[in-house]
Amino acid sequence: MNIKTNAVAGTLESSDVYVKVEPSDKLEISIESVVYNQFAQEIEKSIREVVDELGVTSGKISVNDKGAIDCVIKARVETAIKRAGGEQ
Amino acid sequence: MSKLVASIKEAIEKCGLQDGMTISFHHHMRNGDYVLNMVLEQIAQMGYKNLTVNASSVFDVHEPIIGHIKNGVVTGIECNYMGAKVGKAISEGIMDKPVIFRSHGGRASDMEKGTSKIDIAFIAAPTSDDMGNCTGKFGKSACGSIGYAFADAMNAKKVVVITDNLVEYPLVDFSIPEVYVDYVVAVDQIGDPAGIVSGTTKITRDPVGLKMASYAAKVIDASGLLKDGFSFQTGAGGATLATAKYVKEMMLEKGIHGSYGMGGITGYMVDMLEEGCFKALLDVQCFDLKAVESIRSNPKHMEVSATQYAGVSGKSAGVDNLDVVLLGATQVDLDFNVNVHTDSNGYIMGGSGGHCDTAAGAKLAIIIAPLTRARLPLVVDRCLCISTPGKTVDVVVTQRGIAVNTAGGKNQELKQKLIDAKLPVVEIADLKRMAEELAGVPKPVQMGEKVVAKVIYRDGTLLDEIHSVK
Repeated sequence: MNIKTNAVAGTLESSDVYVKVEPSDKLEISIESVVYNQFAQEIEKSIREVVDELGVTSGKISVNDKGAIDCVIKARVETAIKRAGGEQ
Repeated sequence: MSKLVASIKEAIEKCGLQDGMTISFHHHMRNGDYVLNMVLEQIAQMGYKNLTVNASSVFDVHEPIIGHIKNGVVTGIECNYMGAKVGKAISEGIMDKPVIFRSHGGRASDMEKGTSKIDIAFIAAPTSDDMGNCTGKFGKSACGSIGYAFADAMNAKKVVVITDNLVEYPLVDFSIPEVYVDYVVAVDQIGDPAGIVSGTTKITRDPVGLKMASYAAKVIDASGLLKDGFSFQTGAGGATLATAKYVKEMMLEKGIHGSYGMGGITGYMVDMLEEGCFKALLDVQCFDLKAVESIRSNPKHMEVSATQYAGVSGKSAGVDNLDVVLLGATQVDLDFNVNVHTDSNGYIMGGSGGHCDTAAGAKLAIIIAPLTRARLPLVVDRCLCISTPGKTVDVVVTQRGIAVNTAGGKNQELKQKLIDAKLPVVEIADLKRMAEELAGVPKPVQMGEKVVAKVIYRDGTLLDEIHSVK
């Protein structure tokens, strides 16, 4: 799936994550998290799993995490990517 | 005769402040306080250095103290609670000397025992006469009880009352009497009323909070302590207030006449008093306008000093007869030790307040907290800081399970009662495991080398040290 437009998913509430995706020439992932020290690797792994599963090869994915668990991160990233790819 | 002086500057001069002295403040103005900043600003202007500030609590409004630390005016802080703004700077190591944390009871008792010496106490008084009879019950900056200031007034070498409502002598219904006061200063404003007390304190609507509250209320019910003569303390947090609401409903339904409610007092505790759940309230600090109005008008709503509330230097204290206390936690460890001083990254953002005092005194000390907060588990192998020793904690209530501290064979009967009441009783390690299954295992936080704070227990012994963040 290609990221054609800007899109967002999620909120900045505690235990949620706000995901923003934008078109880009290469694949870029940026992570900001209140639990970065404790869970940075897990957060990146969750994002990459969704990206791989959806076949995204380029795009800028920025997450602002407020302590979401993995299934929430995956769901928010998937939704944002699908919104950016033209699915509603 | 009059003790009135023209300015804070004149009071400081007359008190004979010198470099290296200790000055004290109380925190009933909470996040609306102007007095601590006002006094420190004056002291800085006069060129004093190397002072220790002993404030019962340091709030975010006191952020300017960071500047006074950097320029050497303040080189020591002693307090019972420190908000996140100043806490962050301390955790990052801006002060050479470690902060001394005490509890509300411990602070007052250490002053009375002479182990904590105060050279000049500055008392923010919402109403005072010119001889220093003062109170928090009246005035535009009314805060209700000024219970934490009694020890300062009674034990400091010099005492300055700072008021924005100077009345004719003698003030009727004073809290602190003139016998302790050296000077009185009138200023325009001692605080911002919006920050002093909340308009109303609200019960949580968060379903997780309500679930925890409902379990906590059932624990109290099942414990057998909820009967005539019941004594109770709860904080102003959303879930603890919700528990108070459930407790009140049970007391009214069963016609239980309790003895006293205590602590920082909210409108909910006032409701319980007025509806006959308690004979009296023992109030060391008011949290909202309803509590302020009540302490002013209802003789059953009584102001108590920190020593009478929670100290160990008196011959007895209110906490000694407490049946149940509800308390919060940022972390609880497998031995039931509780951290309320730091967040999960090790930054200072709180303090004991009366936490360890009430846990030690109460027959049933209940910790109420969610299983995880923003992915981080409540229950950890070792707390980053021990604020309250596990041996004084009886039950940990989360939305997913309730753990009873049976170390040393205690609370066996209580545990059985909770099981019989069909409450979800689990082991403390189960709470850790459940959280980790849900949210993952967090990487342990590495703290720095420097000791930035020492936590002194209510009996004066060293309980723990807090290290700098990396």
